[in-house]
Amino acid sequence: MSARDVAAAVTDPELPMLTLEDLGVLRDVTEHDGRVVVTITPTYTGCPAMATMRADLEVALRRAGHLDVVVRTSLSPAWTTDWITERGRRALAEHGIAPPRHDARPAPVDLVLLAPRPALACPLCGSDDTRELSRFGTTACRSLQVCRACGETFDHLKEI
Amino acid sequence: MDHDNAYDGLVETQDDARWAFGTGFDDPLAGVDTTVPTGVDGAALAAYCLMLGDDALVSAQRLAQWSTRAPELEEEVALANIGLDLLGQARLLLARAAAADPSVVPPLPEGSPVPSEDALAFFRDAPAFRPVHLTQVPNGDFAVTVVRLTVLSTWRLEVLRALTASRDPVLAAVAEKGVKELSYHRDYAARWCVTLAQGTAVSRSRLVGALGVVWPYLAELSRVHPVERSLVEVGVAADPSAAWLVASAFLDQVLAAGDLEPPGTRSVGTMGGRAGRDGAHTEWLGPLLDEMQVVARAHPMGRW
Repeated sequence: MSARDVAAAVTDPELPMLTLEDLGVLRDVTEHDGRVVVTITPTYTGCPAMATMRADLEVALRRAGHLDVVVRTSLSPAWTTDWITERGRRALAEHGIAPPRHDARPAPVDLVLLAPRPALACPLCGSDDTRELSRFGTTACRSLQVCRACGETFDHLKEI
Repeated sequence: MDHDNAYDGLVETQDDARWAFGTGFDDPLAGVDTTVPTGVDGAALAAYCLMLGDDALVSAQRLAQWSTRAPELEEEVALANIGLDLLGQARLLLARAAAADPSVVPPLPEGSPVPSEDALAFFRDAPAFRPVHLTQVPNGDFAVTVVRLTVLSTWRLEVLRALTASRDPVLAAVAEKGVKELSYHRDYAARWCVTLAQGTAVSRSRLVGALGVVWPYLAELSRVHPVERSLVEVGVAADPSAAWLVASAFLDQVLAAGDLEPPGTRSVGTMGGRAGRDGAHTEWLGPLLDEMQVVARAHPMGRW
């Protein structure tokens, strides 16, 4: 397998249904004179999964016979949920996490309180009679929602 | 990689990275070009990164103090997540400070594994810190915390928004990510201000009381330190007073939405012209740093 294919198959430690490629975190893989250089970008600045992603990439590449591996960080352009692939969005929904909508917006200058976005469809029963329980969920990248139709809570990968 | 079984990873013989999540953390700026831009004083750039980094670090520590004691589980998770974002920003900014001027990093015993950003966070004494006083104000009740967070996140959002055009590519990149994070923080905190103001008589009185606690510290946010002024002139820093003008217009909207008046409390003065950016602090910073630093300082050679 090429280094690119190996790196592309590594999964996110907290969203194991997503590969780093589907998440949009894997920015570049180059191979030159036996040295593999992988470039990744953090989702959130403080995301503790970054160190694990780096370690997982190194281990996977070493196992595939690429012994000289360098993992680099790229901070700009900043990661956005718009980079999550269609395959990644489907995988999230299949695992009960509402995927981000395709409209990561810049921060507004004025006060916009309670500006309603269209309600999310519940990934469990499909109803769109849902509401936000908390803007901050189980990890930095998720919010917590609840479905009034089936009564289940579910995670949503928030747009940034 | 199988993450379903937490124990699988621990027995991998060739996986030496998974154990170290402290001293073993990789350089957060690995692979990022940290060359100081031409015409920019590295010492000034480092001092500026400490100012912005310390605001984030002290705020993160304050928010972490809510863990296990927030009024609702959802709010505890929210405050912890906001603190985590700020800690991430602090880590990059302190690492950037160390790269721009290694002399700011406190000396540690020969062979210490502590990375430079940790040395700056855990081994600097209070007078070497540069956070504005408002970050140091104790949590008080939930109302004080959300009012403080509203003001700080509104102001910091505008500072970082301006910094996305910085001539220092590292600062610009940190700012670009930070803007996205802070807009969520500001929205969360501002919503709570309005909710408490329009809630019950008790919640409204708590919020009004919180405005009285926080407002005396606002004057410092539009002060421009000489280091900031020198770096604004070379296109590296953001002018905090310009950021404050935009931020205060936003805060006026929050007050209006909550049918609130700015409190009539007087501003806290400087200490002989010196404030947080000069290393002159409130009585609250020392105990906060004691708690944050005690374990790291007891084990300067420790591996975590």
